[in-house]
Amino acid sequence: MTSIAAKNQQGQVQSLWKLISDESQPYHHILRMGFLAGITLLFLGLIGMLEAFNEREVIRDVVTLAQFVLFVPTFAAAYMAAQRIREEQSIGMVLVAATIIGLLSAIPTIVILLINTQVNIRDMFVHVNRDWLEIITFDNRNQLGLGIGLLLGSLGLAGLLGAVLQNLPQKIRRSVIFGLSLMLVIGVMSETVGLIMQEIFTDDFLDNFFKRDTLLLNSAIGLFVFGVALIWVPDKVRRSFVFGLVVAMVALGLRNLLLAIDSLTSIIPTSEEGFLDVFLYFLLPFVAGFAGRLYLEYGSRDSNKAKTDTKATTSTGRPIRVDLIVSIAILLVAPWIVGRALSDVMVTIGIFVLMGIGLNVAVGLAGLLDLGYVTNYAVGAYVLAVMTSTGPLGLFNSQEGVIVNFWMVIPVALLAAMLAGFVFAVPVLKMRGDYLAIATLGFGEIIGRLAVSDALAPIIGGAQGMSFIPKPELLGFTLKDPEQLYYIILVACAITLIVSIRLNNSRTGRQWMAIREDEDVASAMGINVAQAKLLAFTISAATGGVAGAIFAAKVGTVFPNSFSVIVSINVLSLIIVGGMGSNPGIVVGAIVLIGLPELLREFSDFRWLMYGALLIWMMNNRPDGLWPSQVRRRELIGDDSSPPADESPMMASE
Amino acid sequence: MSLLEVNDVHTYYGNIHALKGISFTVDEGEIVTLIGANGAGKTTTLRTVSGLMKPRNGTVFYADENIHDYEAHKMVSKGIAMVPEGRGVFGKMSVKENLELGAYYRNDAAGIRQDMEYMFSLFPRLGERHSQVAGTMSGGEQQMLVMARAMMSRPKLLLLDEPSMGLAPVLVDSVFDTVKRVSQEGMTILLVEQNAHMALQIADRGYVLQSGEIVLSDSAKNLQNDPIVQKTYLGVD
Repeated sequence: MTSIAAKNQQGQVQSLWKLISDESQPYHHILRMGFLAGITLLFLGLIGMLEAFNEREVIRDVVTLAQFVLFVPTFAAAYMAAQRIREEQSIGMVLVAATIIGLLSAIPTIVILLINTQVNIRDMFVHVNRDWLEIITFDNRNQLGLGIGLLLGSLGLAGLLGAVLQNLPQKIRRSVIFGLSLMLVIGVMSETVGLIMQEIFTDDFLDNFFKRDTLLLNSAIGLFVFGVALIWVPDKVRRSFVFGLVVAMVALGLRNLLLAIDSLTSIIPTSEEGFLDVFLYFLLPFVAGFAGRLYLEYGSRDSNKAKTDTKATTSTGRPIRVDLIVSIAILLVAPWIVGRALSDVMVTIGIFVLMGIGLNVAVGLAGLLDLGYVTNYAVGAYVLAVMTSTGPLGLFNSQEGVIVNFWMVIPVALLAAMLAGFVFAVPVLKMRGDYLAIATLGFGEIIGRLAVSDALAPIIGGAQGMSFIPKPELLGFTLKDPEQLYYIILVACAITLIVSIRLNNSRTGRQWMAIREDEDVASAMGINVAQAKLLAFTISAATGGVAGAIFAAKVGTVFPNSFSVIVSINVLSLIIVGGMGSNPGIVVGAIVLIGLPELLREFSDFRWLMYGALLIWMMNNRPDGLWPSQVRRRELIGDDSSPPADESPMMASE
Repeated sequence: MSLLEVNDVHTYYGNIHALKGISFTVDEGEIVTLIGANGAGKTTTLRTVSGLMKPRNGTVFYADENIHDYEAHKMVSKGIAMVPEGRGVFGKMSVKENLELGAYYRNDAAGIRQDMEYMFSLFPRLGERHSQVAGTMSGGEQQMLVMARAMMSRPKLLLLDEPSMGLAPVLVDSVFDTVKRVSQEGMTILLVEQNAHMALQIADRGYVLQSGEIVLSDSAKNLQNDPIVQKTYLGVD
């Protein structure tokens, strides 16, 4: 008897399990998504991320970033689930399912919440504290029932909204998502945006939109509406609007640049009240850019109509050329728009772009997985330090006088790094793939040890590092601030980018690509594999040396702990995230992996967590990177674009 | 005078004695085939001749020059082209780029263009698909491509490693037709092949390899009729 009952029970459990685990059942998906969202939410709380995010307000006195993030897992899970089951289910069912997902996602957090009332789990999870409780109960810490109800209700609503959004027509969906993102981005970055605006707008005026560097509710709503509207206006109007904004930014940057140069300050008109400034350096250029671009866009359509057949290249070419000019202009005045703090970030991004372009020669073009790239960076930095420092360890310079300056050392740093690249390449020439990666990892470590070693301490300062590195000077100006150092890095990046593009399309570049694909076949083509690899390592090292030298000049000091393996990993990651072998990808990768964490400094505790999550997500969903190169793209979509040929006899004449 | 003369060559993989004193010759204009079972040392022989591996003992003479310690990439300029096992197209490059790499060591742009046109006339299929990514082509087309690519270096001696490997039976015939035609253009060919039946049909002479040693050498016709070869490699009872 008992055995039959047990069997029966087992059968029930089994069929329930089947219901959950059977992928064809919608329950399976709903349960899984709800559970995933719930675990994510709980995780974000337990590791203290919600608590940290609570510090930053998106909208003043209304929403903090934590309250925003609270809904993201649920919302995303419901959105994805709705996308998946909308084919088979009626709209009503989809909405119900999404709401269930929302409710389910609250459960893990509620469970911990309830356990916490009985047992003190704060001993294990330090972030189960007052802040966390207040975030998830919406400030109803003392009325737990109400708090739990609110959490369930709001997460259920979030799930429902996710599904609703998924079911809206595409254009509405896009505009809502864009409006929300615009609001969120400006909200999170409002301190920076405020700083930029402060240059010409008066504080009283800005107080209408920002209070203590946080968005006010009315301006947040305004931004959302504006974002939605931007998607709905015709493409040409949108483009013209953005163009006008960019032109205004250039004008603003130019003004700040001229104001920064003492002798030129008097040339340009400014006013105390700011009305003149707003008009001259924002409104006027904006209107001019907007109207001019509108004229170009619609004018070109007319000319298109005039010559219907010929795809008029001139008419489409003109806006592109104008775009190019404005892009260059904004690159040139960028530091004067965004201010000191962001300029500093831009210089750091530039240093990594420089290294990325270099490492890309080895990894992206020649397929040599180099994990010791930091070596070149360190060599460049220490060469500059030793040769220009005015401290006791300086080789040529002292407090009394400077004989060797930054510009003389740059070529030396470049050559020294190339020499290091060459020397380190010799022992690893015969290695391939994983073995090469591990060996180069070893070199990176060796350099780190050497830098702190006592043996070299009399020359490079050991653990003390080196200081008193003078700032570069140019035409009597000392380039001491990030705004000025930016130009050095901009020029360096531009030069290396051009060299890299030329290499990419050259005979040498083709030879590297052949080696990347198959070393044996490449040598059977007459390619000297050893020589080509040496060349790749050597050229790759060059930009690392320059980057290191600029870094040392920027910081003014050189410490061994700046040259850990994490630099190599960062550079490699930004190449992969951007898109292996792609130059624009490197810039995008550097902005995402180096720039964003710098901007979100206050979350630096979670920097590596987000970094890791991003890498995993990228490799799963965008393995070709954010901006893949042409060759890679061809490889990955090649199967679709050109169907495999049918097997057919080979010779023409048989 | 032989174009290629291999004398008592010993090659090792680490401690494994793969070639135990191999000697053979290839005369100008001939198709010579090396047949044998898996692991007999056929591919090792080709890799040794092409410089991808170095013999520990013995000599390799090519056009009266001792080449056994030359690097692989130097062989191309000497006139030896190798078509490696498993085809080895540059999968991410276009057909045209593959052919250009075949002519990598040459500097005469006009001649390269001319040769490319010639390859396209020899293999019209490649001409039709000159901008297609090589990796997306069929196995037969890839085999055409690697042969054309090898010929882009204007070699005197072509080393073919298992050209029929992994191809559908219909295509095997056409691969051997191609080899035959290339040979009629005046090319000297050393062919390594597991499909002994087909190889002996187009070859002038053949060598039978077994455990790193040559156990038999004769004209292709005689080998076809040899009872041992028939039994072991041709599957005739």
